[in-house]
Amino acid sequence: MGAALAAREVSKRYGAIVALDRVSLEVRQGECVALIGESGSGKTTLLRCFNRLTDPDAGVVVVQGDDVSASDPVDLRRRVGYVPQDGGLLPHWPIGRNVALVPWLRGMNDPPALADQALRLVGLDPAAMANRWPRELSGGQRQRAAVARALAARPDIVLLDEPFGALDAITRADLQSTFLELRRELALTALLVTHDLAEACLLADRIAVMHQGRLEQVAPPGELREAPATAYVRTLLARARVVG
Amino acid sequence: MTVGVMSGSAAGALHPARLLAQQPDPPIVVASKPFGESYLLAELFAQLLEARGLTAERRLGLGATEIAFAALRRGAIDVYPEYTGTGLLAILHARPSADPRAAYAQVAREFRERFGVRWLPPLGFQNTYAIALRRETAERLRLRTLTDLARVAPTLRAGLTPDFLGRADGLPGLQGAYGLRFRDTRALLPAIKYQALAAGEVDVIDGYGTDGLIARYDLVVLEDDRGFFPPYEAAAVLAPGLAERRPAVVAALTELSGRLSETAMRGLNRRVEVDGEPVARVAGDALRELGLVAPGGDASGPRPEQGRAGLADYLWAERATLLRLVTRHLLLVSVSLVAAIAVAVPLGLALERARRGAETVIRGVGVLQTIPGIALLAFMLPVLGIGLVPALVALFLYSLYPILRNTYAGVRNAAPDAVGAARALGMTPRQILRHVRLPLAAPLILAGIRTAAVINVGTATLAAFIGAGGLGDPIAAGLALSDTRMILSGALPAAVLALGVDAALGACERVVRPGGG
Repeated sequence: MGAALAAREVSKRYGAIVALDRVSLEVRQGECVALIGESGSGKTTLLRCFNRLTDPDAGVVVVQGDDVSASDPVDLRRRVGYVPQDGGLLPHWPIGRNVALVPWLRGMNDPPALADQALRLVGLDPAAMANRWPRELSGGQRQRAAVARALAARPDIVLLDEPFGALDAITRADLQSTFLELRRELALTALLVTHDLAEACLLADRIAVMHQGRLEQVAPPGELREAPATAYVRTLLARARVVG
Repeated sequence: MTVGVMSGSAAGALHPARLLAQQPDPPIVVASKPFGESYLLAELFAQLLEARGLTAERRLGLGATEIAFAALRRGAIDVYPEYTGTGLLAILHARPSADPRAAYAQVAREFRERFGVRWLPPLGFQNTYAIALRRETAERLRLRTLTDLARVAPTLRAGLTPDFLGRADGLPGLQGAYGLRFRDTRALLPAIKYQALAAGEVDVIDGYGTDGLIARYDLVVLEDDRGFFPPYEAAAVLAPGLAERRPAVVAALTELSGRLSETAMRGLNRRVEVDGEPVARVAGDALRELGLVAPGGDASGPRPEQGRAGLADYLWAERATLLRLVTRHLLLVSVSLVAAIAVAVPLGLALERARRGAETVIRGVGVLQTIPGIALLAFMLPVLGIGLVPALVALFLYSLYPILRNTYAGVRNAAPDAVGAARALGMTPRQILRHVRLPLAAPLILAGIRTAAVINVGTATLAAFIGAGGLGDPIAAGLALSDTRMILSGALPAAVLALGVDAALGACERVVRPGGG
């Protein structure tokens, strides 16, 4: 199976700061890869290269076989699902309209029906939710709606930027299990940014550890635990054990 | 009491002469400056023109000499009453002649040569500056002349009009001629100087020789024993070319030449300023007494007698006029506001896209806000003249800043996470602006519009000084005629209007608040 997402020798600088230093990573079709690292490690910058919210200074980024630098960023973003950390629901639109956003932008048939289906996928009742305002929902419901919005146009690929980071532990666990079910059901390819090793181990097939703009190690959770490749990965594991 | 200045044009419209005269000629625009005698003289001109079968349009209370004269030069008005001394000093910047005839000859010649403006023969009276004190002060200090005053001036407080403080024939010249040095000199507006003197706030004021209020407050006018003040003979001045185009105007107005004595004028001023009689009635009576109109042919038509009725009765009696003024005021406010919205909102959105330099542009527009209203009107006068257009332009300029500032701040600060998500999910910049930034900024933009509208309702009262009408008319007239009730008849509706506009836009703001309020 070919790579759904690929970064080859990708570099990005912001002034004197090196955000990405010759990073190469592949995400296979149907695979979930977690990008883990601390703030400033470059994990979010790498994620944003895949829907051209950021354009790298050097290297090639490929989405479903196409070099993204040759594609129209707006078209690309409409094909790739995206869940930001804060949900990013438009506060002046009801939930139904928020979730129907991408189908509407792509001119698909019956966006409200697609929105209803997506709400059901994430465990929200369209009849109760579609007409409510984002501020009337709990944090967990808002984040579910944000996931529904990313999936409403049925993309093959979803990018998630610390999607459950701002939630309390119980709500987070609920959303994590919902996400696992969705992945299986929809055979999604997912790239997930997180700073939580436990979350990465739970949700991802492989974990990519980033540190100061470089990839330290890319491996399945078990292998990462058994054979940390660098001192930084060992520190990360040790810290997670103390905390977890 | 009916307000001459307010009802004058309505009366003119009903005049039989106007219905009979099937002439295509445009009306003669008669103007005045914003003080009582000027209103009265302009009303005399207008009624006399109407009695001779011409149509008169009144533009009373124009800002001051500079505004009235600039309007005359451009032909925006046809005629207004002016004084020879003012013409010499304020307009020609010439040294005044002590001889009234020489002064008149000089203004008549130089105005014709330099501006094409025609002075008709003088009306017959002089209204020069008068230095006035309370009778008690004059008797206690035994003051009869300005020379006497110079002796005790260092113990007295003077309240002088800004005009008088700055003019060569005002305080600066007076100091030179008599060596006058007051203990304290403060600037007082004409509308309040008499009250300030009567209340003992100041000891000396400048007035005009024919002011009716000199008699009302029993003041003593000091004799100009060194003949310092230049002659101030009143006359009608005509716009360039008017005399040639409309000889009937010259014929009608010269009937007044030499007919008004100082005593007669002081009596007429007194009826207007002290007794509070309507300008139109006093002018009509004067024309009948002079035999210039037939007895009974009241040019201003019959009016209900209101005397000194209460404010509420007065407002009720004037409701038709006030409604017309409110409508005019709303026109001024709404047209200028709509134009400002049409410019400031797109500009604010454009600046959000081009952030570099945005602050500079917004600050530049903000500087406009600091120009005083009357100064802005004066700057624009040479280009735009007087009346509706410059008033709309001024109000438009004043409305830009709050709308621009709020639009820019609103779209720039609109929920950054929502904007970021909209972009990440594939909205184009234009879609983000239209569907995200603009709706989220709408309450702030509307708050800016609301601020501009309320300021605008207040500022629009200044439009009266350039003849644009609205609720400033009775305010300007009331200030000129010392009529508090008349001032309130403009100021109260303006305040109510401001509150109403604020409430209406507040309701709109709640409707556009995103997320269902």
